[in-house]
Amino acid sequence: MRLILAIAMLLLGVPAWAHKPSDSLLSLTVQHDRIEGRWDIALRDLDDAIGLDADGDGAITWGEIRSTHDNITAYAFSRLTITSGEMRCTAQAPRHMIDNHTDGAYAVLLFTMTCPTAIKALRADYRLLFDLDAQHKGLLRLTHGQDTTTAIFSQESPTHLFTLGEISMWRQAQQYTHEGVWHIWLGYDHVLFLLALLLPAVLRRTEGRWNPAPDFWSAFLEVLAIVTAFTIAHSITLGLATLGLIALPSRLVESAIAASVVFAGISNVYPGLAQRRQLVAFLFGLIHGFGFASVLSDLGLPRGSLVLSLVSFNVGVEAGQLAIVAMFLPLAYGLRKSWAYQRLVLVSGSLGIAALASTWLIERAFDLKLIPL
Amino acid sequence: MIGIPTLGRLVATGWLVLSAPSVTFGEPFLPQLDGQVLERLPVKATDPVARELKSLRASLLHDPQNVNVAVSLATKLIEQSRSEGDPRFLGQAQAVLVPWLNQGTPPSSAILLRAMIRQHAHEFDLALADLDAVLNLQPANAQAWLTRASIYQVQGQYEDARRACQPLLRLAGRHVALTCLGDIAGLTGQATISRQMLTASLERAGISTRERLWILIILAEMAARTGDAKAAEKHFLDAQSLGVKDHYLLSAYADFLLDQGRAQAVVTLLQHETRADGLLLRLTLAEQALHLPASNGHIAELTARFAASRERGTRVHVREEARFTLALLHDPQTALTLAQANWEIQKEPWDARLLLETALAAESHPAVMLVITWLHTNHVEDMRLQQLLAQFQEGKS
Repeated sequence: MRLILAIAMLLLGVPAWAHKPSDSLLSLTVQHDRIEGRWDIALRDLDDAIGLDADGDGAITWGEIRSTHDNITAYAFSRLTITSGEMRCTAQAPRHMIDNHTDGAYAVLLFTMTCPTAIKALRADYRLLFDLDAQHKGLLRLTHGQDTTTAIFSQESPTHLFTLGEISMWRQAQQYTHEGVWHIWLGYDHVLFLLALLLPAVLRRTEGRWNPAPDFWSAFLEVLAIVTAFTIAHSITLGLATLGLIALPSRLVESAIAASVVFAGISNVYPGLAQRRQLVAFLFGLIHGFGFASVLSDLGLPRGSLVLSLVSFNVGVEAGQLAIVAMFLPLAYGLRKSWAYQRLVLVSGSLGIAALASTWLIERAFDLKLIPL
Repeated sequence: MIGIPTLGRLVATGWLVLSAPSVTFGEPFLPQLDGQVLERLPVKATDPVARELKSLRASLLHDPQNVNVAVSLATKLIEQSRSEGDPRFLGQAQAVLVPWLNQGTPPSSAILLRAMIRQHAHEFDLALADLDAVLNLQPANAQAWLTRASIYQVQGQYEDARRACQPLLRLAGRHVALTCLGDIAGLTGQATISRQMLTASLERAGISTRERLWILIILAEMAARTGDAKAAEKHFLDAQSLGVKDHYLLSAYADFLLDQGRAQAVVTLLQHETRADGLLLRLTLAEQALHLPASNGHIAELTARFAASRERGTRVHVREEARFTLALLHDPQTALTLAQANWEIQKEPWDARLLLETALAAESHPAVMLVITWLHTNHVEDMRLQQLLAQFQEGKS
């Protein structure tokens, strides 16, 4: 043993590390019998384990990584075993991406795992890189409903066992209601459609021109009729689509929703187009229901409590919608006699809505991006 | 007229949200071009070091029972970790030794390397236990004695450190033993005689560049502690002129320059040293002193690095984090907690200084008393510490 080494290592008061030691970051989100996973593994570590730098020039390119995606997948998943009960969960082929961390670029593996039964107790066994780097660690973040747990895998403790608390029915209903409210508030197409239909509700069309509704009660009934028709219609299709009884291609649905907003906007300028707005609300409401259904399926539906989630999501949508109407009606009623409301808001506002929705329609129908997103 | 703005806002909000930039930190991305370089490896496959490591790995694969090959490979990896400033090589060295370390009685050469790896992970007690085991088997192992002395010194156990230096008089070159002892003597109230002794050591023929660097750094820090800025500067410059790139030297010199109020010199010294956390910290301190805009980006970068290090659950960076939290985040309470945690692990003059500085900033007198007791027990000689204490006494009276 050379003493030179000893001297070189004597002065250690300052951590001179330019890097941190090797870590991988694993995030698992458990939903019923499914696990959504994200796994970030340093490119340097993968290079040590399976060799990424094919041309040996010390630079790892995206092309070199892409050509080893299958090897990366095979290597990583042979070293991670997730079991639910006694049965092993299987991962589908992951999507490969890249992310930059404080100590360099990482391969990002995005995957879905399916377990044979609903996950009550989850056992994770992690063996990545321990044979090459005894100080490697796997940092795990496990999410289940609102609960997040973290754990660290190391050579000394490669296995962790987690018992997942039951998510109560009430809690689940709350979550889906919340999602429903936010979806209607952030789904501008639904809001604009509803607003376009409601704008003339505080007015009456007589002798080819708009006049203010005579009293609040009649305006209220008009709004109620439109909102009810829209609600009934989209509830029907939301239910049918969620239960899997009808399926429509999402591009068609999204385009039709945009078209409905265009139509609603234009019909305020040419009132002859839609004399019975309840009917318009109902017919197009059927289409909007399919849109809600696709959101709900993106949220993931627990098999055990499908109906509960469906109903609570719909309750959330209606609550969000009611809040919008409750803000709209007094305002519009108060302003209904003004010239500005009848001309500017109704005509220009409706045309603006129609114009915006037209760009959506073109984007969705032709799969273009006109508005940078 | 409220209807128009309401509708306008709705539409405007829609447009705003729709056109909001989709760049969020931590979002993974798909590179667009195959030729895009995503990562540069610290060593190319064609570098001599890489070839040497590769051939050692091949020999080990060929002869997996051969402890000598494994020890050579692990030693090479530890050296590599030092020169690259990269702890990954330490983990790799440890992994190479695992088959022998798992044996009932591991060979002492493997235990010695594990001790050094543990020393670097600041697992001092485990490292000392390993060294005890080595010295039980090989009482004449100079490196084990030297490493033991260095750990005791970092822990502030100067009597134990001195005892570990003594066998080196027989087992290693006289100058090695004298430097080992001189370093401790300089800390514990005998700086003058120690400086004379070490300066004399430098004149010896046949000392290696590494050893010269070691002695010069000790001399420079000792001169700085006793307030002899001129001599400190000269030793630091002599050490730099040796042409060996050493992270410890850079950070010690930067600390000296910062204390001298020469922030611009620190920026010049460290402007390209943003990879090593300890050096980036000192660069940022200098940038802050000069009110340079670059400090904001560097503070964010350091915050992210300390967070990443914390997530891992290791405590190698506590001293730097305490200093960062006090001087750059201006959070004395958190800094004090960190400085106290650091004090549990290591007790070098800088650790005492940080504890004092944070304790003064957070107005925690019990923490100050801890340092005072320690200083008096060990007769530690350090001008900065004395100044800080004087400041504390003034505040009290």
